Amino acid sequence: MAVYEITEDNFDEVVGKSEVPVLVDFWASWCGPCKMLGPVVESVAEEADGFAVGKVNVDDQGELAARFNISSIPCLILFKNGEEAARSVGFIPKDKVLALAKS
Amino acid sequence: MSERFDIVIVGAGTAGLSAAIYATRSGKKALVLEEMAYGGQIINTPEVANYPGIAKISGFDFAQGLYDQATGLGAEVRFEFVSGAEKAEKGFVITTDVDTYEAGALILATGAKNRPLGMEHEEEWIGSGVSYCATCDGAFFKGKDVAVAGGGNTALEDAIFLTEYCNKVYLIHRRDELRGEKHLQDTLRKKENAEFVLNVSIDALLGEDRLSGVAVTDKATGAKRDIIVDGLFVAIGQMPANKAFSNLVTLDDKGYIVAGEDCKTTSEGVFAAGDCRTKEVRQLTTAAADGAVAALAACSYLQEKE
Repeated sequence: MAVYEITEDNFDEVVGKSEVPVLVDFWASWCGPCKMLGPVVESVAEEADGFAVGKVNVDDQGELAARFNISSIPCLILFKNGEEAARSVGFIPKDKVLALAKS
Repeated sequence: MSERFDIVIVGAGTAGLSAAIYATRSGKKALVLEEMAYGGQIINTPEVANYPGIAKISGFDFAQGLYDQATGLGAEVRFEFVSGAEKAEKGFVITTDVDTYEAGALILATGAKNRPLGMEHEEEWIGSGVSYCATCDGAFFKGKDVAVAGGGNTALEDAIFLTEYCNKVYLIHRRDELRGEKHLQDTLRKKENAEFVLNVSIDALLGEDRLSGVAVTDKATGAKRDIIVDGLFVAIGQMPANKAFSNLVTLDDKGYIVAGEDCKTTSEGVFAAGDCRTKEVRQLTTAAADGAVAALAACSYLQEKE
């Protein structure tokens, strides 16, 4: 599955109304660990089974970052029924990303 | 049976990946084990401008280049947590959270981690107000009040950086004098939105489910004060992470692996490279140099063993 590009405008549609949990990667282009986590998240998305994957560029989507109190990136948040269910800050390897997505 | 490598390297930072480059170019089968992201501490540095031959490069690009070079040469990098290593009949056995490996020689390149204050909630609130990297996370505190804990160069540089974004920046230090360079102190003192809170002990991190302030006590007067901030940047230095290897090599009182410029530890066949060993200068260039020295020493060791 592809990684959804999540914005303020489509958040409620893509994440809020999703029937499966959505793992969202909050990132920025100037953040080294984010650039390392990006490909990991993409490979998790390719294998995604029972969940969806999206990403939020915090520079473009400052309101979304503020709405979820993002103060350190990379930050992965798992949303269930549009609500935050789990969060992880900093780079984590693929097996831990998968574990978070399935938590 | 455990998979066997000529050389197992613990840590995929600059020292570890440099060691992998030299080991593979010497024809050795090398495995690098890394707990987190490859690249080590440098990935958080926006701009590296002191690596000879490279005028300017981002820490991420530098790390990516190292990784691509090492893996391109045939080094294996696996993301596993090393819980320990011990001597075996033919070298060493390395245990991770996933598997065990055998190695003829072992290079420890475990680096250094940010030293925590050791306060309650500190770890829990990383990403919820507590940060160890002002250049990474400072932008999220635009227009807000923040504090920096520490008195060295990193703390001063962080505080100066944050005055550009934040409404108010408190520099909290446990002594009444700062260790950091004078020109940094002077720069920070000139900032109107900076306040020095010196000679205090930090009593607690305040907040419900995220950081909302820092409680301090003035060591001279005993006066207590709650400093209300949205962010706390902890910059009180680095610490090594070598406990898992204390059975194998001698550590100094701070936890660094005792080894000289030849990267040889107290244990034959075990080498220490980069920030994890006892040394004066901890820089990107010295980490890379250590990687080369340790790998070539490991190759010589293996050859003697044959």
